[in-house]
Amino acid sequence: MPDLPDAATCYELLARMALIRRFEEEAGRQYQRAKAGGFLHLAIGEEATIVGTTSVMRDEDFLIGTYRTHGHAIARGTDPNRVMAELFGRVDGTSGGRGGSMHIFDAENRFMGGYGIVGGNLPIAAGLGLASQYKGEDSVTVCMFGDGGTNTGNFGETMNLAALWTLPVLFLVENNLYGMGTAVERHSAQTDLSKKAEGYGIPGTRVDGMDVLAVREGVAEGIRMAREDARPTLLEAFTYRYRGHSAADPEVYREREEVEEWQEKDPIENFAKRCVGAGVLGEREVQQARDTAEETVLAAAEFAEASPEPPLDTMYESLYATTDPSGWYAVDERSPEPHRGEREESMPDTARELAEAGAAYAGRPEGPRPNPALEGDAREGTAHNVEDSGEQAVNAQEDEG
Amino acid sequence: MATLRMREALRDAMAEEMRRDEAVFVMGEDVGVFQGAFKVTEGLLDEFGERRVRDTPISENTIVGAGVGAAMAGLRPIVELMTVNFSLLALDQIVNHAAAIPYMFNGQAKVPMVVRMPGGGGHQLGPTHSHSFEALYLQVPGLLVACPSTPADGKALLKTAIRDDNPVIFIEHESLYGVRGEVPEGDDHVLRFGEAAVRREGGDVTIVGILKMAQVAEEAARTLSHEHGIEAEVIDPRTLRPLDLDTILDSVRKTNHAVIVEEGWPHGGVGANLSTLITEQAFDDLDAPVQRVTGADVHMPYSKRLEQAAIPHEEHVVSAALATLEGSI
Ligand SMILES: Cc1ncc(C[n+]2csc(CCOP(=O)(O)OP(=O)(O)O)c2C)c(N)n1
Ligand SMILES: [Mg+2]
Repeated sequence: MPDLPDAATCYELLARMALIRRFEEEAGRQYQRAKAGGFLHLAIGEEATIVGTTSVMRDEDFLIGTYRTHGHAIARGTDPNRVMAELFGRVDGTSGGRGGSMHIFDAENRFMGGYGIVGGNLPIAAGLGLASQYKGEDSVTVCMFGDGGTNTGNFGETMNLAALWTLPVLFLVENNLYGMGTAVERHSAQTDLSKKAEGYGIPGTRVDGMDVLAVREGVAEGIRMAREDARPTLLEAFTYRYRGHSAADPEVYREREEVEEWQEKDPIENFAKRCVGAGVLGEREVQQARDTAEETVLAAAEFAEASPEPPLDTMYESLYATTDPSGWYAVDERSPEPHRGEREESMPDTARELAEAGAAYAGRPEGPRPNPALEGDAREGTAHNVEDSGEQAVNAQEDEG
Repeated sequence: MATLRMREALRDAMAEEMRRDEAVFVMGEDVGVFQGAFKVTEGLLDEFGERRVRDTPISENTIVGAGVGAAMAGLRPIVELMTVNFSLLALDQIVNHAAAIPYMFNGQAKVPMVVRMPGGGGHQLGPTHSHSFEALYLQVPGLLVACPSTPADGKALLKTAIRDDNPVIFIEHESLYGVRGEVPEGDDHVLRFGEAAVRREGGDVTIVGILKMAQVAEEAARTLSHEHGIEAEVIDPRTLRPLDLDTILDSVRKTNHAVIVEEGWPHGGVGANLSTLITEQAFDDLDAPVQRVTGADVHMPYSKRLEQAAIPHEEHVVSAALATLEGSI
């Protein structure tokens, strides 16, 4: 068992883990309140793997992950307010409400996403590593993905490329024993996932993902090899998600006892106990970490609630990397013109009010039909509908993807 | 007749065909123990066991490719891709292999495989989980493409797809899984591909809609009738390859106006294709340009408000119908 670091570091590790835990609990609650929508994948139980990793990364290093990464962004330094606002689909969200829970991104803190496609982040990690190498910078990339992700074609292809080009990347498998409802031994012939890249020339090791200090040690070594020796490696962290795969998972594939067994190894409880037992932290400080997390998260929920929804006339913004708002790219090719009417100022007042209230609006735009060829920006005239169909909401809750 | 949800109708189609033909089996991510991400394969593992209901790793291209190989060697795989979004990872096997093999090898091999995949937006699943790829698959020669909108059609078309000797892309819509409808009972209720359904008769304008938009088209037709005194004829093509163009053209010859509704992107879409076919083959019968109603030309935003604005709704269809009628020459 690794030695405890100094008190300040211990406090920081504990406080980050407590914050993520509390954030995820609140996210789950807000999902139940239908403030957050879509799919919600919580990382409760996996905090040590996340915080252990980010705690030994430098500011200039890149982190890239999956759709279960609210905590990863927060651990990297992203304001929890902005992560929560993203879950709410609001303008102050990390992606302005465009991406949602599965697509968190924060360029400033070098959290490079947040991807909904399993395995999609692996080749991108290789590219981030390539950029560091190419530019002669000594930043490294940490790429986190699930046990299920090791079965994608992207995994094999990326391991080969990273080894071949000696890219400065640490590949970190968050092995929580299941890919959705499929247990590792039912989805991977090689169940020692740390060995899965050996044949490609990428050595692997295993680490207790419930022990924040063990993760720190493992990741620090992987980062050192990437940074100093230009050697990509694979680290398998054993961890566990206490909640279902996403909010709607009936969990028929595992026993309650298994969840309880893992909860015994709780990364936050046990680390707090150890710190207190060793006299590095006092009970008071542990409580303080919890209280601060509580305050921060409640404030985040308030912030998200108060943040406005994205204006409809921002629909096409950022589709292309250009700043000229009247360019060809802003032309909505849909016909007829109601589709071009996503500019709010020109919405009839009643339509806007109904839309804001989430009610269905049916009606025709007033006034002449704009000619896109003449107008440049064709998003004129208007009609918009926010159809709040109960059936759809129910379906999304009951289904899982 | 039994009243079933779409997901149950599809499940029954698979179960009946599996009972009927030992060569039929199902494979896909979480189709077994988890009972299917959208619970379409519920109960199949219990009845047929692991040999015929196979949970796979997350390896879309390989799952489809294994389906291609198994089909070439005489089996009839039903491959479930968790959603159409992930079918992008399997495009190589679908396009370069499944679709090409019969032609490229001059008919020596066939690929009797069904690839089922649900798609569509409306659930705030964001940019990577809300695609509509009917147009993408429609483009590929060698594939058959089905897109049922009712439980009865879902069941009948899936049975036909399983019995067909060609690779079939079977597109389902996530919002339709819970929709109930009357479904004829009995093993032999199948439906030929390439037979459109006229959901509503009318003489003023033809509205063609697929998947969820077939329903939206019907709602719009009711509004047009009640509020505007316009009688729309609503057609659901049910399959896009082969396409029952005759039924659509016959209708356009009667109404002289056409609106096409889909959820996918506007460029090169189902509507773009159909509009061209109508214009080429019934130009003289048109009194106004064909109108298309499509999803927005963006990656589906997560925000509920933006997402709803990016998806076609009834009033867009109504407006399109009014616009084409206004534009009459
Ligand atoms: C290419 C692709 N296929 C399927 C899915 C659906 N899906 C989402 S998460 C998931 C399981 C992934 O398991 P794992 O990699 O172990 O990560 P975990 O969810 O356990 O963190 C699946 C199959 C997807 N998002 N992308
Ligand atoms: Mg997993």
